[in-house]
Formats: sequence, C-alpha cells, structure tokens
Amino acid sequence: MTRRRVFGVAVQGLGGAATAAVLLPAVGFALAPVFEQEPELWQPVGTPEDFTSDAYTPRVITIVEDIGEAGKTTVYVRRGDPGLSEQEPELPPEGANDFIAISTRCAHLGCPVRYVQAASNFICPCHGGVYDFQGKVIGGPPVRPLDRFQTRILDGQVEIGPRYSVTGQLDPVRYRDPGEFTGGIWEYLYPPRPSVPPAP
Amino acid sequence: MKFPQQLIPGPLKRPSAPGERGNGSGNGNGNGAGPVDQLKEVPADLVGWVDERTGGSGFLTGMLYRKVPKGTNWFYTLGSATLFAFVVQALTGVFLAMYYTPSADEAYASITHLTNDVFLGEFVRGMHKWGASLMVILVFLHMGRTFFFGAYKYPRELNWVIGVVLLILTLVMGFTGYLLPFDQRSFWATVVGVNINGTGPIIGPYLSDFLRAGPEFGATTLARFYAIHMLLVPGLLIALIGAHLYLVVKLGTTAPPWVSAERKPKSLREEQV
Repeated sequence: MTRRRVFGVAVQGLGGAATAAVLLPAVGFALAPVFEQEPELWQPVGTPEDFTSDAYTPRVITIVEDIGEAGKTTVYVRRGDPGLSEQEPELPPEGANDFIAISTRCAHLGCPVRYVQAASNFICPCHGGVYDFQGKVIGGPPVRPLDRFQTRILDGQVEIGPRYSVTGQLDPVRYRDPGEFTGGIWEYLYPPRPSVPPAP
Repeated sequence: MKFPQQLIPGPLKRPSAPGERGNGSGNGNGNGAGPVDQLKEVPADLVGWVDERTGGSGFLTGMLYRKVPKGTNWFYTLGSATLFAFVVQALTGVFLAMYYTPSADEAYASITHLTNDVFLGEFVRGMHKWGASLMVILVFLHMGRTFFFGAYKYPRELNWVIGVVLLILTLVMGFTGYLLPFDQRSFWATVVGVNINGTGPIIGPYLSDFLRAGPEFGATTLARFYAIHMLLVPGLLIALIGAHLYLVVKLGTTAPPWVSAERKPKSLREEQV
C-alpha cells in the first residue's frame, strides 16, 4: 500500500461519506410516508334506526382531514340481513344488529361507484365495473369485491372506522389499493404495507 | 439559405480549409473608419473578448460547421423540434409557477384565476397544456426516425438508451403535470394512474404509497407531484438532454439508409495489387 493509494482511498471514502450524509436523509425524508400509519378515524353517521337492511343509505365521511372536499368520500351503509346469510351460507353471517358500510372506491382502479336502487347494483362510471347488493363483482374489470369500513355502535350512534378489503368470499383482509387481488397467493404478491391497519 | 457573412463575428466564422484563402478571421479593427463603422465592430469585439478568455469559439465553430452526411432531410429536424418543445414547456412552466399555488385547498382557485383573470393567462397555460401533448408526439416521431433510419446502431447505442430514459421522463412529466389543475378530471385520472402503478406485484403497493405520500390522497400529495413535476424531473431532463446533444455532436448524424457509403473501387483495387 503506497502513500498515494492511501490518500486516494481516503479521499474517495470521505467524498462518499459526504455524499451519503446529504443524500440518505433526503431520500429518507421523501420515503417517510410509506412507513407511517395514519391515526384511526371513527365518525358517527346516524342512529341505528336510520338504516334499513334492504337498501343502502349514502353518508359522507372524511378520510383525510384538512384538505376540504378532496378528503371526503361517500359511504353506503345498511343494516345486516340474516336472510341473505341463509341464501348463501358460505359467506360470513350477517346479524340484524351488524352494520355494513360499503366503500365507493371501485376495486378496479379507484373511481367512485354509485348505488342504483332499481337494480340493487353498484356501478362504476369509468370502466364499467358492476357489483351486486353485497358488493361482489358481477361484471366488468374489477378484481375483487368492493372494500368495506369497520363499523361499531357507540353512544347510540353508528360509527364508521378504518377501511378494509375482502376476498371473493367476503372474508376480511387488510386494506389494499384498488386493482390488487385479494386472497391466496396475492396476499404475498401484494405484501402488507406499514401505512395501513391490519384486517379487523 | 446562407447567413450573410458580415453578420457573423470573426471568431465564429467558418474555419478555412487548408489551401483555401482565409476568410477574414483577422478582422481589421476599423482604424480610420467613421463612428458608424466603429459601431459595427462592437459585436465582433465583444465576441472576441469572451473568446479570448474562454476559448469557446473552437467548440462552437466545430459544432456549427460540422460535416453532415449526404441525404440529410427534414426528418432530421425532429430532435431539434423536440428540444424546442421542451424549451417552450420550461419557459411557460416557469411563468405559470408565478401564479400557481400547490395546495389542495387553493390549487383549483389559483388555476381558475390564472386562466380567466390574468392577462394572457389562458394563452400561456394553453401553450403549456398543448405543448405537453406536442412534445410527447414529437418524442415518438423522433424515436421512430431514429429506429427506421437505423441511427441507433453502433456507436450510437448509448444515445438510444439516454433517449429512452428521456421518453420515460417526458411521460412522468405528463403524468405529474396532469394532477396540478386539481379539477375533477385531473384528480380522478391521477387516482387511476397511481392505482395502476400500485398493481405491480411486490413493489407496487409501496410505489403508490410513495407517490401519494401515504395510503390516501392527502395534503402533501399535490405538493409532492408539484415538486416532482417542476424540480426533480426537469433537472434530470436538462442533464440528460445535455448528454444526448453532446453525443450527437461527438458522433455525428447517420446517413439515411438509402444513401450508400461512397466507395472508391479504384483505390481498393490498387491496394489489392
């Protein structure tokens, strides 16, 4: 090891360390939101008597605070229907005191779906996705049923909580973005993100 | 069309070929001429002053008077046209930024104000909006010219690779810029675009979290898109365009495929003998 080589290595090492000292914090700064979890929001949307089991009632909730209209979304809420569970025993049972809150975010690429009472279907305006009364896909490109929100009753009010996704059999899984399959091998191909809460 | 010789300052005149008479690089300094003639010498003197201290005229004359192959035609201007479209985008973008507010509450209002109230605002915004589509079209035409003329072959493969990166960065500019007006169309189009990114296996979900700065479209999403659109990607674009042009000047342009290389069969035969 010559004197020249020692100095060469030292200069390159110092330069690399100086570059990393600037670059690494900047990159970490930009990537930080990927690893942060937002606090859970629970919002009251009405009394249990406001909702029936044969039709959805739209409610507007805030999913991102402090950005005005862009942070709001529509949720379709109904009471659980034990009759539906008798018709399709393979699905998770619904009790008469459960509340089902369907997210309007299309499971294809995230456009807002609307509920059409005459057909008892959810229809997406962007690419023609169609969902049945329970949010299961019956037409178009969506890859999984409509997402749902956790619900609870607190102080006589129905409250809407964090969002979660469901498999084709309506079993809850952790929330993921539209366009991502659920269940089976897809749980590994779309790995858990630190930014969303686990499945209920 | 020839540029009038007397308008070109001395140091930038075409270097004379060996055996040719000098074309006046040793300009007289106008001794004994009237004030008007002395004034005419000012540009040449200025250029000479800068050239004496930078030596830039050698590079400039080498670039401006470089040899181009026979058969060069209008298709060879598509690259310059793309560069011009980029310069238009950069200029209009800088001025749009003077009126634009990248916050979810105020972005739409600032765009409406810019378009409807500011003098010539609609025109400047229109240049940026339509220029964006034009630039994407020109990039693809330029790429098609390079492909069909075989201009990507040795030794220009690296320039093709740089060009492909420039194409991707141009599309990133289109994607991030589309959100900025923050109306219904741009919001939902960006939701769909981010979710398409998210469908990639393994890294997709993290990529869309990075783009949105979180699991939902939030307060910093718009600022993030704005920073990518006006700081990060333009910087990369300018650096890579510089590298692209350097290689073009260094390697020269290719002849069209229908122009065959000049052969000198006589001298070849002589060598064989």
